[in-house]
Amino acid sequence: MSSSTQTVAGVATATPRTARRGAPKGGNPANAGWLTRLVLAVVCFLWVVPTFGLLVTSFRPLDDANNTGWWTIFAHPINYLQNFTFSNYTDALQQAHLNIAFINSIAIALPATFIPLLIAAFAAYAFTFMEFPGRNFLFLAVVSLLIVPNYVAFVPILQAYKNLGLTGFATVWLAHIGFGMSLAIYILRNYMGTLPKTVIESAKIDGASHFQTFYRLVLPMSVPALASFAIFQFLWVWNDLLVALVFIGPGENAPITVAVKNNLIGQAGQGWNLVTAGGFLSMIVPIIVFLSLQRFFVRGLTAGAVKG
Amino acid sequence: MGAKIVTTIITVLIGVGAALALYWVLNKIAELLPGRWEGRVKPFLYILPAYAAITFYLIYPAIRTVFYSFKDASSTNWVGWQNYHDLLTQHTFQQTLINTLLWMLIVPVVTVALGLGVAVLADRLTARGESTAKTLVFMPMAISFVGAGTIWRFIYAYRPEGQPQVGIQNAIVTAFGGSPIPWLEQSQFHINSLFLMIMLLWAQVGFSMVLLSAAIKGVPVDTLEAARIDGANERQIFFSVVVPQIWGTIMTVFVTTLISVMKIFDIVYVMTNGNFNTNVLGNEFFNQLFTNFNNGAASAIVAMLMLATIPIMAYQVRHFRHEEAMG
Repeated sequence: MSSSTQTVAGVATATPRTARRGAPKGGNPANAGWLTRLVLAVVCFLWVVPTFGLLVTSFRPLDDANNTGWWTIFAHPINYLQNFTFSNYTDALQQAHLNIAFINSIAIALPATFIPLLIAAFAAYAFTFMEFPGRNFLFLAVVSLLIVPNYVAFVPILQAYKNLGLTGFATVWLAHIGFGMSLAIYILRNYMGTLPKTVIESAKIDGASHFQTFYRLVLPMSVPALASFAIFQFLWVWNDLLVALVFIGPGENAPITVAVKNNLIGQAGQGWNLVTAGGFLSMIVPIIVFLSLQRFFVRGLTAGAVKG
Repeated sequence: MGAKIVTTIITVLIGVGAALALYWVLNKIAELLPGRWEGRVKPFLYILPAYAAITFYLIYPAIRTVFYSFKDASSTNWVGWQNYHDLLTQHTFQQTLINTLLWMLIVPVVTVALGLGVAVLADRLTARGESTAKTLVFMPMAISFVGAGTIWRFIYAYRPEGQPQVGIQNAIVTAFGGSPIPWLEQSQFHINSLFLMIMLLWAQVGFSMVLLSAAIKGVPVDTLEAARIDGANERQIFFSVVVPQIWGTIMTVFVTTLISVMKIFDIVYVMTNGNFNTNVLGNEFFNQLFTNFNNGAASAIVAMLMLATIPIMAYQVRHFRHEEAMG
């Protein structure tokens, strides 16, 4: 989810109303031959080994990590395992200042996820349940802006920030609000379009205002879509390097991606033990978010794109 | 550290609180308006912040960027097509374009093909095996390219001959008696760019697989059975029954990957910073802006990128209208 994955969702999430949920499961009930199993085993192995090597190395002391490959621990497990240490992590956190960067990442990612979600939810509500002139045109504009590369913003916005004297976390929050907005509106509006209109109408008849309908009815009913966009945006912001480099740069407020790049990868002298520990520290939050909320994430992706 | 945490929490609360307060105020403004105007104005107040964000961060800068691309390095004097001319006649920039084009030609197609392959095979496993396999292949998507950079620099790591190799790729080569190779410096036939593309494939195939797998499961079983009764074999069924029915999803994955590839930055920046002839447009943009301090050239690169996305944008809008019409 890295910077390239932003657009990923961009097109991926088309209209959710179409998923053929009722259809029976494929035509292939568990009839994998040995060849299928072998190929898949090889694929999974290839996909996991890179990360596994990183994880193992992050626990090895400097000399071990720089002089022998991580796989040698399987040849002499007892010799190497007893050398295993957490000091790479404490060093990466303190010497490479990843502790501050970690907090910065949280400070950037939480508002940059919540605020666009809130703004987009209001807009999506208006697009779905309110009548106003220019509605279709304005929504079509959102669709076409989905793929505008965010590179367009950097030069002019840097100038604007300089003129306004804006610095710190707010610069990236605002940028992520702008960059994530069209995707958020698109996902949420498509989802809200599938909610039963009758419920909303009857709320109106009972005298509920739009504001009340929005936060008492529509928001709770839209939780799946809100969750899937929130996960997406969180991963994208946490993993972002470019926006943070451009607007914040290295230093006091740098998030963990920038810190790992500048304080560890960029420093030739750092041993592999610190680089791998720092790398793993930068991944741990997104991996936990991903694994624990994978179901929401996949549902959000697929509900949209099945019809394509 | 403690002070840092406290200020961070306060900043976050202020940011979030300001966003909530904004809507409360907007709603109050609407309610103050006389009866009929409230209903007329309210939709626009609801979409106002969203469009303000989009206008300020996409539309206005896009226009400004086009203007800047005709100005000099510090955006003071007009220089006409000079920036474009300088870039396009430069050998290194031509190579950058070729590299970007290679990424666009190779990565989306392979992403779709691999994703489809894994999806089809995993579909035959038991439910448990399927979800395990998918999770493992999908997981790199959660990892940033900086994180992926630490992983893959380690895989491609190179030590001179005679020293122990800590990078697994060179360890394998030397184990078979070969000489270690500095993989990322192999610019003949753009092989090093291919090694960088592998990183993106590693990160992106899971996404492709998840979407395509869901599409495959959505193919109605009766169409498959009808084909079987007509005597079609599994391969024919796949290519003439399944693929046409999931074509929309294939295109979605293809287009999505294509767009992200056009903008690729992090991988190249972290791994080689464009050295050894691996440069791409995204990285060149960054270097023009922050190494050469050349706003003009940086803007011209973005303008070219925008131009290249226009056909995709047209496709998107047409596709969306078609969807809407189908209801």
